[in-house]
Amino acid sequence: MFRTIIGLEIHAQVMSKTKAFCSCPADVFEKKPNTLICPVCTGQPGALPVLNEEVVCLALKGALALNCEINKKSSFDRKNYFYPDLPKGYQITQFFKPIAENGFLIIDDQNGKEKKIRIRRLHIEEDAGKLLHIGSENISESTGSYLDLNRCGVPLIEIVTEPDMSSPEEAKIFMEALRDNLKVLNVCSGDMEKGALRCDANISVVDEEKNYSSNRVEVKNMNSFKFVEKALFYEKERIIDELKKGHDVKFETRSWVMPDKKTVSMRSKEKENDYRYFPEPDLPPLFVSDEKIEIIKASLPELPRDKKLRFIEEYNIPEYDAGVLSSDLLIANFFEEVAKYTNRPKESSNWIMGEVLRMIKEENLDLENSFLSKELFQDLFKLMDGKIISSKMAKDVLDYALKEKKLPSVIVEEKGFKQVEDTELITKIIQEAIKKNQKAVDQYKSGKKNVIGYFVGAVMKETKGKANPETVNEIAKEMLEK
Amino acid sequence: MSENFLNKKIREMERVNKKGDIFSFFFNRTKKYDEKVKAFLEILNYKEAIPYGLKDNILCIGAKTTCGSQLLKNYNSTYDATVVENLRKYGFEPLGKTNMDEFAMGSSTENSSFFPTRNPWNTERIPGGSSGGSAAAVASGLVPFALGSDTGGSIRLPAAMCGIVGYKPSYGLVSRYGLVAFGSSLDQIGPFTRCIEDTHSVIKMIASKDEKDSTSENFEIKDLATTDLKKIRIAIPREMVDYEGLDEGVKESFYLFVEELEKNGVKINYVNIPSLKYVIATYYLIAPGEASSNLSRFDGVRYGKRNDKSNYEDMVNLFRDSGFGIEVKRRILLGTFTLSSAYYDAYYRKALKVRRIIKKEIDKIFENNDFIINPTSPVIAPYLNQITDPLTYYLMDYYTISANLIGAPAISLPIKRVENMPVGLHIMSKRFMDNELLSFANRIQNLSPSFKNGFFELPDGGEKYV
Repeated sequence: MFRTIIGLEIHAQVMSKTKAFCSCPADVFEKKPNTLICPVCTGQPGALPVLNEEVVCLALKGALALNCEINKKSSFDRKNYFYPDLPKGYQITQFFKPIAENGFLIIDDQNGKEKKIRIRRLHIEEDAGKLLHIGSENISESTGSYLDLNRCGVPLIEIVTEPDMSSPEEAKIFMEALRDNLKVLNVCSGDMEKGALRCDANISVVDEEKNYSSNRVEVKNMNSFKFVEKALFYEKERIIDELKKGHDVKFETRSWVMPDKKTVSMRSKEKENDYRYFPEPDLPPLFVSDEKIEIIKASLPELPRDKKLRFIEEYNIPEYDAGVLSSDLLIANFFEEVAKYTNRPKESSNWIMGEVLRMIKEENLDLENSFLSKELFQDLFKLMDGKIISSKMAKDVLDYALKEKKLPSVIVEEKGFKQVEDTELITKIIQEAIKKNQKAVDQYKSGKKNVIGYFVGAVMKETKGKANPETVNEIAKEMLEK
Repeated sequence: MSENFLNKKIREMERVNKKGDIFSFFFNRTKKYDEKVKAFLEILNYKEAIPYGLKDNILCIGAKTTCGSQLLKNYNSTYDATVVENLRKYGFEPLGKTNMDEFAMGSSTENSSFFPTRNPWNTERIPGGSSGGSAAAVASGLVPFALGSDTGGSIRLPAAMCGIVGYKPSYGLVSRYGLVAFGSSLDQIGPFTRCIEDTHSVIKMIASKDEKDSTSENFEIKDLATTDLKKIRIAIPREMVDYEGLDEGVKESFYLFVEELEKNGVKINYVNIPSLKYVIATYYLIAPGEASSNLSRFDGVRYGKRNDKSNYEDMVNLFRDSGFGIEVKRRILLGTFTLSSAYYDAYYRKALKVRRIIKKEIDKIFENNDFIINPTSPVIAPYLNQITDPLTYYLMDYYTISANLIGAPAISLPIKRVENMPVGLHIMSKRFMDNELLSFANRIQNLSPSFKNGFFELPDGGEKYV
């Protein structure tokens, strides 16, 4: 038996208005290179950092949501190393005394079981710039490199977990849960693909029969939730293979290479930099008052997992649905609005889980600025209740309603979307169909009941889908069994 | 414009001299006399302003900021230091950037990568350092005052050696924004002047709580007060006057002045500060540690001449090896070593601890004493190239370093001359007792035989401008 042990180090870009230590804008994603910079973030000689108060508040929000203990006095340190994207030659971080420690996040693992992942520490630091290498992905093989310093000084919180995850799936679930939390808190956009949320993992495998633990491997460059799972799965298998052969893996840092779907060695741990951490003399210690902690605590929104549990309880919807709906604040709020207004939580959930999420994903629907509303769903449900439209038609009606910004009832009126309840017409169409296909009738009579679909289909074709499927079903059944 | 003492005197001088505007007056003097002492690295021409000398590690748009280093010889200031902005509000602009030991590392200005500055009292001698250019400029009457920076004595030592007033304010009084950092927890900007009133005028203009410097403090510089010398208690550390490296002539001058103080009613207490024997070691662990980090931004990517090494690591190595001078390299290596994870606890962390102990011991002295005095330097200015062993210079800092380690203000003013070379008196007070320190220094300056007609004397041949 092999037991996998995974711990994560997460960097989350903090969504403050300005950078961590200067007043340049912090939102630098895809902005013109080297335009959002100043003497401080480009490390001009003589420039000094000044801590952004908003970053502290956002870090505290994150820390409190992760059940951390807040250090009332923390401090900043310098992490020294040379790299072209680090203009000061050091990164300002919190090494000796982080702002928060000893927290946890409860997740529901892949088997739906509750699991507590402990958080070792959470601290504030600054991001580095960005390099674009010419001719190669890596600096030593490229023929030249472009340097964009916009990202220098963008605030980050680094979150370090204890090695509490026991599978790659669980690591992914944790990352998603963390993302959902940080998003709801407005601390981080959570976008891994855009680099707003980044994750490195430490993984080792224990051979329980031999009571042997493999070397620990650090995996970097997993820039999506899917790749966190894939890279760690690859790495887990690689370690187990070596253990089975009676070998061990190297104590090293590896990088996930997406096109090859594998990890490759970056450097041995012995070759790691000595970062020469020491207290940052330019920044005084950071004091956080009890009052401030209380104010931030009181301002915390309902967190995704609490919301999920409440949804299950309050609206009696399936756990899966509750999980999806609660993971995004906008969607969760919209669901609650519709569910309460229409008083039909299950259907509200179905519609939002199905059509609305599909439109958000496939059609880039902007929920906030769309025509979607609780009134619209109320209207739509009424049309279905009155059998004026079928649920299938309702989807089309919804499409039109959003496109034309009109209520479903108006669409139905204008476009003649009415369900055909005309039993005479339906009977006539079925009669025609029976005449044309006696074979199908025989099949039905010999017990192949699902052949009824052929006759229902014929009616739908003739009525352009507007016939009420229930009515058609009833009539067809009656006629065939005559 | 504030009507401070310095301004009044300059205005009066302008009226008497009628030699055109004040900037041109000093500009022309500098053009004529700087050749003798080589105080300036760059001379600027602002006209319409009152001039001052600015150490070349303080940024000022329109001027280079070289820090005395080849590595930055073409670096144009990208912004204005807060002190430069503050002085501009009162109508002051720098006449030039003054020479210094490379990155402020040194006590002689011989470590400037451009040329050494000479002492106006004897051009065969050094002016002291690292702010030697600023000291020499003021002592030659090229500017009414100058700014320097002091990490371990870099204002007070050259002031003593050049026979003028040098003041290192309490840490946090003057914004460091725009001062190229050497030892960030020790650095402080301060003025060189020819009398205490001017010191007071300048500090009043440059001191500010700066939102760009988190270590700056809100502090009010009050008007100079009358000090009753009979109420003043002064401590003299035995470790300093009994120090074996203390020159006999300097010692004698110091004691003569102490006698003068006693005659005027000052109470003198001889005290022991055992931890003083650790100040040099402590300083040379902390300052190079911070410096090694502060100077790591000079990696050859953005500053200086790009070399054509094909790989990043070689490029950085070649740049730093060929760009930094020997003293800077020595300190970077020392700092890199003491910060390395294997030695951090044994050296850097221990030094921080000793720093706290030194502060405690000195604070205890201040419980029963208003000031601590000692000679500013154990020796008068040495000759150029006389001292080649860096340790001798390090030991020279013994008298000034504790003020930086504990963040206290300290001032050096000229007392008697030895071999016609100035000797400085060093006065230190508790942190943020700057008002009391300046008032006291103002009260006693006329007890100095070098103080004449409201100013400390300039060397022979130095053209009087008042």
